[in-house]
Amino acid sequence: MKALIALLLAGTAVAPAAAQDLGAPQGAEAPVEVIDSSADEDVVIRITDEAAWSDIGIAIPAFATDRERATPANEAGTGALGREIARVITANLRNNGLFKPVGPDSLPQPAFSAMRAPAYGAWAGQGAEMLVQGYVTARDDGRLTVGCYLYDVELQQQLVKEGWVVAAADWRRAAHKCSDLIFARLTGESPFFDSRIAYIAETGPKDRRVKRLAVMDSDGANHRFLTLGSATALTPRYSPDYSKILYLSYVDGNPRIYVYDIGSGKQTLVTENRNPTIAPRWSPDGKSILFSMAVAGNTDIYRIAATGGTATKLTDTPGIDVGGSYSPDGTRIVFESDRSGSQQCYIMDADGTNQKRISFFGGRCATPEWSPRGDQIAFTRIAGDFNVAVMNTGGGGMRVLTKGWQDEAPTWAPNGRIIQFFRTEKNTGRSGIWQVDLTGQNERRLPTPVDASDPAWGPIRP
Amino acid sequence: MNTKLATILLLASASGLAACAKKAPDTLPPEPIQTIPTATPTSRPVTPGGPAVGTQAHFAQAVGSSTTIYFDTDRYNVDTQDAAALQAQAQYFARYPQITFTIEGHADERGTREYNIALGEKRANAAKAYLVSLGVDANRIAVVSYGKERPVALASNEAAWAQNRRAASVIIN
Repeated sequence: MKALIALLLAGTAVAPAAAQDLGAPQGAEAPVEVIDSSADEDVVIRITDEAAWSDIGIAIPAFATDRERATPANEAGTGALGREIARVITANLRNNGLFKPVGPDSLPQPAFSAMRAPAYGAWAGQGAEMLVQGYVTARDDGRLTVGCYLYDVELQQQLVKEGWVVAAADWRRAAHKCSDLIFARLTGESPFFDSRIAYIAETGPKDRRVKRLAVMDSDGANHRFLTLGSATALTPRYSPDYSKILYLSYVDGNPRIYVYDIGSGKQTLVTENRNPTIAPRWSPDGKSILFSMAVAGNTDIYRIAATGGTATKLTDTPGIDVGGSYSPDGTRIVFESDRSGSQQCYIMDADGTNQKRISFFGGRCATPEWSPRGDQIAFTRIAGDFNVAVMNTGGGGMRVLTKGWQDEAPTWAPNGRIIQFFRTEKNTGRSGIWQVDLTGQNERRLPTPVDASDPAWGPIRP
Repeated sequence: MNTKLATILLLASASGLAACAKKAPDTLPPEPIQTIPTATPTSRPVTPGGPAVGTQAHFAQAVGSSTTIYFDTDRYNVDTQDAAALQAQAQYFARYPQITFTIEGHADERGTREYNIALGEKRANAAKAYLVSLGVDANRIAVVSYGKERPVALASNEAAWAQNRRAASVIIN
């Protein structure tokens, strides 16, 4: 196997004491090395009819190991870890809704030697159209090597393969990368599983709700609270490189935006100012931050360099201008304003010029978020109930995707195919994070340890 | 205490009626009230065992439900009823010039989170501006918005939402 060693992420930081309201910092992230990124074929299958693909039979048996070894990733050893990895991949593909995978708990386990030479006949006999095989081995340095292969059973052909070296604590990343490899190859879409979500964890009664900053993997695993809950935290946003989180905290008694450095656990005000600051957003390149600031009750949108300095005012109307989401190329911003009398969505150039309303379909348009693909804008549509909807960047083609009583604050998967949002229950005020795909199908609630709101989906991890 | 409270309420309702009768714009404040003599805290008779001057309880006892004003959906203007309440507040704060306080702006749950923080900020500032127009020193008034994060009425219906769309003046010790 030709080894291509690519150092993708250098984790360095040592965690100092937690600052202010913050809990334990996330700590260092281990590097992930790609050890084989070659694909043998150029065949990419594009989805033309998703219904036809929903019945695709993908067998995902336990990943094999060359020899059973102890690993911090699984107390039962590498063999048991291989089964866990296959379970994670199975859950990923099943929850996405496009496939009906069969996981390791109802399949025979292939031998390590069969990884590159699957028993096609036997799998065809099981009714499998596609086969995912893989292996996990423990290295002497404590890290793990995980290999991932996708085979077309009928064609008896290997479609794609890749391998990664990960720290034992990062074994789930290998499972997500394998999921992404399979998903991308079978759908022609961009990957999204190897990504994280920042959100607000909620506990307590409606009038004394505790709201904490929290993060998790795209499948809800590796959950972690970042603040202790003594101060209300709201509206987080991961930086594009995952090194920082912008969020709102009442830690000093007033709503203010902080930049939380994940590696060091330190946080700083986005701008030194006596006025309240809300609704933080990153530019796609991570170099600029949008925030909204109220001066004597009048809220406008500002831009400031991520390194600090002087803020530039982008809007200047007597109403509430708030939020803002950059187009993927960074040239335009979609935002909401009540300058016309009610919340509506507007687009402006990144320097604040050419402000133009785009929502004219009745009801209100709030919390617009530009798709990572660039062609769609997701938003909260308020027309009686609150629902998540999408429109094109000119405001046409509006489609409502959800039917809850209060569905709010959409955020896009890195590939622009799935939208997460939070749904609040009538009367109880309890909230949860849900997702739905761009067609309005496959709606499901994400498993979070406690109630959850304000999901913010980060990009594919570096 | 009863006489003073009655006076305040009378003044409040009188100006409320006046504003109503002449169909003045809701947000137009009356002339600053400068004729009310200020009293030092010690000169004021305090009910034995009653709340001390400088506490929220004392403020609430003096002005009653006028500690809080309420808004229509998505609105932030001070209407005639609000004006009466704010006049009662202004008289109280004129009487106790050493007291500083915070106006907490709130919205109901039927709005998006970020917009509601901005809306609560706008409501609290509208109340502040009105009090300042009545002669209360702006430096005595802090403002904070909680958006929809701190409801007082917990149901999801019009009555509850009406109670939550509010700007509450709070003396924090």
